[in-house]
Amino acid sequence: MSTSRDRRRSWILGLLLTLSMIATGTSYAAGPGKEAGPSRQVSTADHTKFKELQGPFASGPEVTKACLSCHTEASKQVHKSLHWTWDYTNPTTGRKLGKKNVINNFCGSLATNEPRCTSCHIGFGWKDDKFDFASEANVDCLVCHDTTKTYRKFPTDAGHPAYVPKEFPKGKPWPAVDLVKVAQGVGQTSRDTCGACHFLGGGGDAVKHGDLDTSLKAPSRDLDVHMGKDGANFSCATCHTTRAHITAGSRFATKATDTDGIDVPGRGDGNRATCESCHGVTPHKGGAQAQKMNRHTDRVACSTCHVPEFARAKPTKTLWDWSTAGKLEDGKPFVVADAHGEATYDTMKGNFEWASNVVPTYRWFNGDIAYTLADQKIDDTKVVSINTLGGSADDPKSRIWPFKAMRGKQPYDTENKTLLMNHVFGKDDSAFWGNFDWGKALAFAAKATNAVYSGKYGFVESVYYWPITHMVAPKEKALACVQCHAAKGRLKDLPGGYIPGRDRFGWLELLGWALAAATLAGVLLHLAVRLVSSNRARQS
Amino acid sequence: MSTAVVFSRFERFWHWTQAVLVLGLGVTGFTVHGSISFLDWGMAANTHTALAWALMILWAFAIFWHLITGEWRQYAPTTEGLGAVARYYLIGIFQPAVHHPYRKRRVAKHNPLQRLAYLFLDLVIAPAIWISGLVYMYRDEIGGFLGTIPSLAAIAFVHVAAAFLMLTFVIAHVYMAFTGKPWWDYPTSMITGRAEVVD
Repeated sequence: MSTSRDRRRSWILGLLLTLSMIATGTSYAAGPGKEAGPSRQVSTADHTKFKELQGPFASGPEVTKACLSCHTEASKQVHKSLHWTWDYTNPTTGRKLGKKNVINNFCGSLATNEPRCTSCHIGFGWKDDKFDFASEANVDCLVCHDTTKTYRKFPTDAGHPAYVPKEFPKGKPWPAVDLVKVAQGVGQTSRDTCGACHFLGGGGDAVKHGDLDTSLKAPSRDLDVHMGKDGANFSCATCHTTRAHITAGSRFATKATDTDGIDVPGRGDGNRATCESCHGVTPHKGGAQAQKMNRHTDRVACSTCHVPEFARAKPTKTLWDWSTAGKLEDGKPFVVADAHGEATYDTMKGNFEWASNVVPTYRWFNGDIAYTLADQKIDDTKVVSINTLGGSADDPKSRIWPFKAMRGKQPYDTENKTLLMNHVFGKDDSAFWGNFDWGKALAFAAKATNAVYSGKYGFVESVYYWPITHMVAPKEKALACVQCHAAKGRLKDLPGGYIPGRDRFGWLELLGWALAAATLAGVLLHLAVRLVSSNRARQS
Repeated sequence: MSTAVVFSRFERFWHWTQAVLVLGLGVTGFTVHGSISFLDWGMAANTHTALAWALMILWAFAIFWHLITGEWRQYAPTTEGLGAVARYYLIGIFQPAVHHPYRKRRVAKHNPLQRLAYLFLDLVIAPAIWISGLVYMYRDEIGGFLGTIPSLAAIAFVHVAAAFLMLTFVIAHVYMAFTGKPWWDYPTSMITGRAEVVD
């Protein structure tokens, strides 16, 4: 009997505590300066003192050889990582995934465009399909371990930095790298090193993910409660725990539900790339309200409520329409930019749309993602799903997850009904960015990848779902109940399930209200007759 | 005929507390269901649960009281005089000279129509609401016990259906409360506890 009172008392207590915490600005603030978090360590080695690192170095691979003279197993470890292979086989379906194999609706595909794409590969020299994946010297240690912020891979040189001063884009100087300085300045990975690729995915800042962009180099707690300089001040690796160069947390093998709960030595799988690995599966503390929210965690992913919108600092690309690419102005390629300076048209790439503070698309998701690969038939009368999310309301392993839905319009074979790889970059006469000839570019890519191609192409609309996990807002910015529990709320388009406040029972509602209304009409009629008859009686 | 206390202090407390709780549950419940939206949804959901607990505690006392005092017999259904009461509400009530055919006794203070209505409330509507409500709240635990989690849609369906019946009851009950002669006779009786009885 005291349950209700106790619950209410603890609820009020919790509320007061929360209010006082907000009022006094209590937070998990780490000291300013160095990135904090559980994985940060202070090195016991001063790399400036190593004779192996005194140089001079003529190339990246030479630096790697010096690294390997002490870190003998490093390259062997890296060789097993997705960062190196870009190749992943789904263990249940056997489908070959990974950057090397999938087609996306951004730049398209890796094949035939290697020297450009591999400026984000963790190696040197992947310029075509003959790259030696067994080479230890071709592992690029510096791109992840640089702490000087001076090491940058040159955009079009298959993963090499600029060894001599260059220009990129044409007319803009790109200084040569000081390999000795960088080699002596190695250390732990940082937001800068991870971000050099992951913040710029899809060809530019904030383009691809929507929840990863350069604003995370120094975010406020408001933007990212974990990485915030005035928040927990985490680096990427704090959560993306890395053991023997294998980094936890991949979208090709998404963990949609982590029932292990908090990972401590002896418990859990030892990686922190899920919210639950630190927060557990019942993270809300307090009274009845907290308990109710804990009862949501088996069906609702943390980020669904705790990342209220993505692209909160910089606009992200939401549409890429290749079909309009190739227009010329006075015989020259051109770019149109919007008021924020974001390109809305680029001769090389087509039309773009951008959006800020985007409300995610919500879907049931159990971690399985099936990709539409180049050999797979598509239905060109519909929007093609680049990736199809596994899960449903009826699947107990599924939770409601937030996604960025990236829309695209991309080349496909109108006869064979398959997506086409696109040859955009290269010094040959077929690359689209050289001559803006779709016919040549698509035929070149098909031939190079041994794809069946009818020679007839068109453009098909596509959508690519990107799980949203980063840019977790402080708890006071989490969604309110009514944002989902409403007929026109955020989950209005989510198929299946019963959500109180969103769903109705059709005929029962009709019957229920009809019964109540008929009763009301009945009693009102009764009242009217009573009043009339008593009036009449009084008059007579 | 004389007046006597027919509604004890506990009964009156029970009745009016229940009235307030049911109205609160109705407003918050229909907010949670999405039929009305002038309250904050989260607040309504939390309040609904808190009020439900309060009502269940009140009912635990009420059931105990009825069993101990034997007052549960007041709700035993009877057809005796049912026709006369029904006829009164359909015809007689409109004639100032005609009086209610039922004469209250202390051991039978509800007329046959009331008995049926309250019995339906106590045996059908209220249990349907509580049981579905408790299953709703402890769905995961029940699922763990049964091995399969009951469908939320099915639970909510029963709960909402019972809520519509409760709404209908409340409309009819409130109106009937003002059909005495004079019109304030019954509510006054439920406040003071006193009513005319034949014994």
